[in-house]
Amino acid sequence: MAHVVEVRGLKKYFDGDVKAVDGVDLATEPGEYLVLLGPSGCGKTTLLRVIAGLEEPTDGEILIGGNVVNGLPPRARGIAMVFQSYALYPHKSVLDNITFPLKAAGMEPEAREKKVAWATELLGIDRLLDRKPRYLSGGERQRVALARAIVRDPSVFLLDEPLSNLDAKLRTSARDELKQFQERLGTTTIYVTHDQVEAMGLGDRIAVILDGKVRQIGRPREVYSDPADTFVATFIGSPPMNLIERGDHILGFRPENFLPVDAINTRGDNVLEVDVHVYRIEYLSGDRHVYATVPSLAADTHIIARIPATVDVGVSENEEQRFAIHEKDLRFFDSKSGERVDARPVRL
Amino acid sequence: MSVDSAELDQGRQVGRSRRKLADRDDLLARLFLLPTAVYIIGLVAFPFFLAILFSFSDVTTGNPSLDLVGLRQWRTILSSSIFWTSLWNTMIFTGISMVLIVLISHVLASVLVKDFKGKWFVRFCVLLPWTTPVALAAVSWLWLLNSIFSPIDWVLRWFGLIQENSYYLGRPVLAMGSIIAIHVWRIVPLATVIIMAGMMAIPSEINDAAEVDGAGFWRKLREINIPLTLPITAVAVLFGAILTFADMTVVFILTRGGPTQSTQVLASWAFFKGIEGGDLAQGAAVALFLFPLLLAAAIAILRMVRRREVM
Repeated sequence: MAHVVEVRGLKKYFDGDVKAVDGVDLATEPGEYLVLLGPSGCGKTTLLRVIAGLEEPTDGEILIGGNVVNGLPPRARGIAMVFQSYALYPHKSVLDNITFPLKAAGMEPEAREKKVAWATELLGIDRLLDRKPRYLSGGERQRVALARAIVRDPSVFLLDEPLSNLDAKLRTSARDELKQFQERLGTTTIYVTHDQVEAMGLGDRIAVILDGKVRQIGRPREVYSDPADTFVATFIGSPPMNLIERGDHILGFRPENFLPVDAINTRGDNVLEVDVHVYRIEYLSGDRHVYATVPSLAADTHIIARIPATVDVGVSENEEQRFAIHEKDLRFFDSKSGERVDARPVRL
Repeated sequence: MSVDSAELDQGRQVGRSRRKLADRDDLLARLFLLPTAVYIIGLVAFPFFLAILFSFSDVTTGNPSLDLVGLRQWRTILSSSIFWTSLWNTMIFTGISMVLIVLISHVLASVLVKDFKGKWFVRFCVLLPWTTPVALAAVSWLWLLNSIFSPIDWVLRWFGLIQENSYYLGRPVLAMGSIIAIHVWRIVPLATVIIMAGMMAIPSEINDAAEVDGAGFWRKLREINIPLTLPITAVAVLFGAILTFADMTVVFILTRGGPTQSTQVLASWAFFKGIEGGDLAQGAAVALFLFPLLLAAAIAILRMVRRREVM
């Protein structure tokens, strides 16, 4: 079966030299939730807009349903998009907003009514139909925008940071709803965000983007535990992966794998032990974040360890303490390119 | 000096600096408003009420004594056929001008909000008529429309479109057409800038959404752009209409109301009657005739704008 969306060698330059998208190859699996994750200005939104047909690529091909759609207007691409601001038509009622794409497609009034009833019921906004967008809350606006997107039966949803306008509390529940909703419809979705928590929570796969290039694409677990380079290693995870420069390579490990030696299971695997100087401890949602330096390494080597709430080994500030890590949890990166390299023997 | 008196000194200094003029908001507010108040009372309110008084009197430049004569002046102008011709001309002049102005400035604004090379130059050219003094512009139009030497006629003749001279300002319909064209040329820049501001206030994502939703050019124009720029267009129409109703410069310089009153509008007739003819009372009555109508129109449009405010 053809990929729902595929891009090949996609490039988008602005004003000749701003490389917003710089050679991207991507393909979605049917029904998957693909997240484009990256810091602001990395080109992820531009990539989405090029797929939508709102921007023409400088080079490369876009295929939707196996057909090249370069040069086709957005309406001919079988896509639906939810914008960051939701872009509801402010002068139209909720009903007219949702009906608009159906009218544009020339659908009969009866079929239109059915479709709208289906969408509004699915999203629980059937009571809001007469309201104007400005009288809706952020969450309601998002649902209206989603309803407007799904009535067209698109082959792919393109979502551009749809949660960024919601307050923190609402965002968590909206994220959950979004995921359930997509699973029910089973429509392939490309979702753009700069928030790694959203990306990890929602994505079947995550494409991490920096400077217009895909740095890594994989399942959340792979991207988290086997980052392709130091950028991915530090962009994903909070606190980020610890990185220690060691000559020609960089040593990396996740804070939660670095534990007091008494708390680590020493059987079956090589364990590395090291003395650290703990200078600060933070309590965050039950976990302890331990900030430490390693006296045996350079003085400015700072390390963060995350001790889960279930471990009750005592750690105190301003003391030397012996910590340990399994060798299998160490990652190695080239110190010049930052790219992942093979494991090598280590002594701390 | 004892410690106590030093403290006292400091206290006095603090107190003194608090009394500075710049800190007295109430006084400053009145001071700053004073020039505007003087200006409005002296140059707007006073002449306005004087004009109302004049229109109920028999004052002329030859006999400045003010005797109230009730509605006599109003009855006189209402029974004059030139008044009705002028009123009709004013309506035609304003109506046709406004339709043309809204259409042309909408098109221009849609072009100018787009990004293209040399945009600033085109914008500059569009704004140029607005910066030209009316009298200067009208004089150059007078030459362009000259009955014998009109360059427009030369061009049309060169293309073989006409044989004779057109006498733009010598034939009733052509004269009115010329007046309207020049007025439209004058007001379009202002209207374009106003409508452009309205268009730029529409978030670009709204247009993107409409495009993704499958709307073509006409649907987008009809269902998105026109409704969203309607409030600001109404403002442009309001300004344009009031400017047009009250305008007499173009008529005065180009045709002086002729030929045979066919381009006479209320504003120009009020001038000819009241200032050139010296009948201040009748001039005032003519000038004031449209005031209640304009006021009602202005209130209606502003109300509509407030109700339609969408963002």
